[in-house]
Amino acid sequence: MSLWEYANPVKFLGLSARVQPYLWAAAAICVVVGLVWGFFATPDDFRQGSTVKIIYLHVPAALMAINAWFMMLVASLIWLIRRHHVSALAAKAAAPVGITMTVIALVTGAIWGQPMWGTWWAWDPRLTSFLILFLFYLGYIALWEAVDDPDTAADLTSVLCLVGSVFAVLSRYAVKFWNQGLHQGTSVPVATGGRTVSDVFFYPLVISMVGFGLLFLALVLYRTGTEIRLRRARALLARSKKEA
Amino acid sequence: MIALLHRDLMLAFRAGGGFGLGLAFFLIVTVLVPFSVGPQSELLSTIAPGVLWLGALLACLLSLDRLLALDFEDGTLDLLATAPLPLEAALSIKALSHWLTTGLPLVLAAPVLGLMLNLAPDGYLWLIASLALGTPALSVIGAFGAALTVGIKRGGLLMSLLVLPLYVPTLIFGAEAARRGAMGLDGTTPLILLAGITLGTIALMPFASAAGLRMTLR
Repeated sequence: MSLWEYANPVKFLGLSARVQPYLWAAAAICVVVGLVWGFFATPDDFRQGSTVKIIYLHVPAALMAINAWFMMLVASLIWLIRRHHVSALAAKAAAPVGITMTVIALVTGAIWGQPMWGTWWAWDPRLTSFLILFLFYLGYIALWEAVDDPDTAADLTSVLCLVGSVFAVLSRYAVKFWNQGLHQGTSVPVATGGRTVSDVFFYPLVISMVGFGLLFLALVLYRTGTEIRLRRARALLARSKKEA
Repeated sequence: MIALLHRDLMLAFRAGGGFGLGLAFFLIVTVLVPFSVGPQSELLSTIAPGVLWLGALLACLLSLDRLLALDFEDGTLDLLATAPLPLEAALSIKALSHWLTTGLPLVLAAPVLGLMLNLAPDGYLWLIASLALGTPALSVIGAFGAALTVGIKRGGLLMSLLVLPLYVPTLIFGAEAARRGAMGLDGTTPLILLAGITLGTIALMPFASAAGLRMTLR
């Protein structure tokens, strides 16, 4: 019994079918509770008024945007090293979810920034890094679409993902060097344990973050299943053509 | 390796004007800038380092699809892949010849165009230094983009989409060094970081490019 057993598409689909209902339910409960609690049951901030509530969308989306790329990196490595097709397809399935999260983070940030900073957009390090991340996602998805042979496509996108990760980190530091920005520091520093958000805002935020994480997981499992079935259908089609 | 370099350079010089193309593009972009932002010399002198860097970067990008595409079409790449010379080395040589035919002329032409954009007198040395240090990185990263997209029909636009985000750190440090130099400040820090990026990419990127190329040729 090892983790690699689930590299078998049949076993993977079986497990993901069993897990998915619970995952969707948990994700729905967490997201709904987190957002409803955050939007309606927390007080307005002393200075920011009700605009503070966009944090319950903005922070979890930004968190998942980065983690989705990280998950793609791990999946790409597994594909390159152990050649498990499920892994490559999972990376492919995660990209559109990741780019959606990136767009949500950018848009909600702009909506919040307009009344607070007085501008929709500023060339601040965090904002710029996210824009660059968005471009990386775009290139990754475009490369998947452009290559016809599925194995070559998986190979090329995996290499792009590895190189892109290095350059994304590099860009992050380059951008920081280039311009010190407007964006506040992190509200929930995991490493130090301290935090700059008061408890009233903190608990719904954490629930919302967990909810977005579960939602991402459920979406990726669902989309990976779709990709596997799509490939099966293509293989069947090719076989029937050959026989005919 | 030297034979390969010689061949690539000869092809670039003699066949089909690939040599002057990047340079001409650089010239045109720089000449168009005053038309679009206006002829005020203070404004031009403020934006000159950034415009020159962006122009050089785009000129580099423009000539990238010639780096591997022609050799892919006539089968030279297949021969190179089976040759005793490692593909990593072959790609390094190709990137070097790309730099010699595109990057180096850009570095030499930049001061003249800087004159037209009213670049501050202090900035010339910094501009040349930053371009000389930065353009090799552009060629090596570009070779990676070319290797990924060489098997794709009409992959030129896709390659720009893949390569441009990878150019961000190089552009930031290079343009920052040139800008600080032009303002009379000390640009050593970005210049050192730029040199670090260039050396790092020269050392590591050929492996990624060769891996990508092997996957396409397989």
